[in-house]
Amino acid sequence: MSLALAKKYEEPTPVTKPSNPIIEVRGVSKVYGNDVVALDNINIAFETGHLTSLLGPSGCGKTTLLKIVAGLLQPTAGEVLVKGKPVTGPGPERAFVFQDFALMPWASVMDNAAFGLKMQGVPRSEREDKARHYIAEVGLAGFEKKYPHELSGGMRQRVGLARALAVNADVLLMDEPFSAVDEQTRRKFQEDLFRLREVEKKTFLFVTHSIEEAVYVSDRIIMLSPRPGRISEIIDPAIPKGINPDDLRRNDVYLDTVEQIWQGIRKYVE
Amino acid sequence: MSYSPTAQPAFAGPRRDAPTIWSRIGEVTLFWKILSVVIFAALWEYAGRTGFNFSFPTFSATVSAFFEMVADGSMGAAYLRTLEPLVIGLAFSLIVGISAGVAMGLRRDVEWFTLPVFIVMQAAPMAALIPLITFVYGIGLASKVLAVVMLSLPVIAINSYKAVRNVPPSLVSMCHSFMGNRRQQIFQIVIPAASPMMFAGLRLGVAEGFSGVVLAELLITPTGIGDLITYHRSVANFAHMYATIASIVLFAIIAVSTLQWIEAKLFRPEKRSSK
Ligand SMILES: Nc1ncnc2c1ncn2[C@@H]1O[C@H](COP(=O)(O)OP(=O)(O)OP(=O)(O)O)[C@@H](O)[C@H]1O
Ligand SMILES: [Mg+2]
Repeated sequence: MSLALAKKYEEPTPVTKPSNPIIEVRGVSKVYGNDVVALDNINIAFETGHLTSLLGPSGCGKTTLLKIVAGLLQPTAGEVLVKGKPVTGPGPERAFVFQDFALMPWASVMDNAAFGLKMQGVPRSEREDKARHYIAEVGLAGFEKKYPHELSGGMRQRVGLARALAVNADVLLMDEPFSAVDEQTRRKFQEDLFRLREVEKKTFLFVTHSIEEAVYVSDRIIMLSPRPGRISEIIDPAIPKGINPDDLRRNDVYLDTVEQIWQGIRKYVE
Repeated sequence: MSYSPTAQPAFAGPRRDAPTIWSRIGEVTLFWKILSVVIFAALWEYAGRTGFNFSFPTFSATVSAFFEMVADGSMGAAYLRTLEPLVIGLAFSLIVGISAGVAMGLRRDVEWFTLPVFIVMQAAPMAALIPLITFVYGIGLASKVLAVVMLSLPVIAINSYKAVRNVPPSLVSMCHSFMGNRRQQIFQIVIPAASPMMFAGLRLGVAEGFSGVVLAELLITPTGIGDLITYHRSVANFAHMYATIASIVLFAIIAVSTLQWIEAKLFRPEKRSSK
């Protein structure tokens, strides 16, 4: 029963094409230097309002793909469309959450969270109001005047999240955002992600190393294989909505999907 | 002069999060500082009294010679003369050094043709070049300013360059991803992130500038402090000579320590990196 619920595709092209894609990646390849093929002809579309995870062994090109979508890197070939328009660089409809937080150590939580708005030329009082709202949203109300070194790793990543939310982008691009935080904070973040997806109607592209996390939070999981980076499998985990974390760990669909992904990834790890 | 002083993002200044330990260590070091000065003065006095060298004055004679020169105005006048090339030279090094350092850090092409110049300047033994300077620029103010610049500029430029190179790339990416243009990336991210190390380079540059100005005043034409030292040596006023030398050494130490103190106030260690 479980494998029937977890839709599995042998072909790299998903059978259920997103009906309303916000991002389309078309024939994207990336070659570093002369011979490091980080991505090889990637074709994929991301559904509006969904959370899609990129999963795969280290060095398979997850960060590269995310940065190309963000407009921080130019692909060697192919193009990325956001809402139908080709990407030439970073844009207001996309916001990046960095693995190493990328907070300015000399700036307060408030100034860090308002930085994206500052770059867009939003006047001070307006950007501080917005930033304050999102600082509260990520659970850091009262910490506005603190500096990054006064915060824990989890709190710092919340500031990075508030900064990305404050610019009100439609798509949040997250590169292993929770890899530097402890397990409990990670769980809390995962709950936050669900809420943000419901309340803020955001689309998430999410790079993770954790199979369990990917299965738990994702609408769709894109698995990449290394050397050259290609899409190896696309999985839509059919985890019942609103399941509590304790039941999840005993849920058959969850366990089978995790096992299926592990089997897929295993050959690259060994 | 061929060593290469490089600012390390070292631990400096008291930490806010552990006041008791660090303030206690501060008190301890102050005690040791005073004690070492007292011991030094006592040894000097003793060595002077043994008369092992006819030119070596006692500590007390040196101190009284110092006050004598302050009272008759010769010390003040000498400092005014010496400060002129020092201040002009340091101001020039500051502006040119920081601009060149930042430009080298940001652009490969500028780095390619500018960095070697500074490396050569830093490695070259200054004293050997001074005859060349006087040959071209004469024995006036210009040569002395140039001596200061030649010593302080490479340190300031190379440290600014390294500071810019050490800015975390993810911070610059972050600025870019929120649509900051190149100008914003430089002024909002690169300069603030590099400023602690740039300031440390500045402090080293000031220390080098002192060497430069004294060297120039001794080797080109005796003016200011250099003149005072040369004059008192020629008339065998050894206490006065020692007092002048000690005063310029102390002056340099105080100037550099003040910069270090400002540095610690401005850039608390915990604000330097997000780690
Ligand atoms: N700037 C670069 N120059 C040269 N090669 C690079 C560069 N960045 C990445 N690579 C190479 O491209 C490949 C993909 O890198 P990428 O960082 O996208 O992997 P990743 O899937 O994010 O890995 P990880 O899970 O370890 O973060 C790797 O083989 C890497 O060595
Ligand atoms: Mg990566």
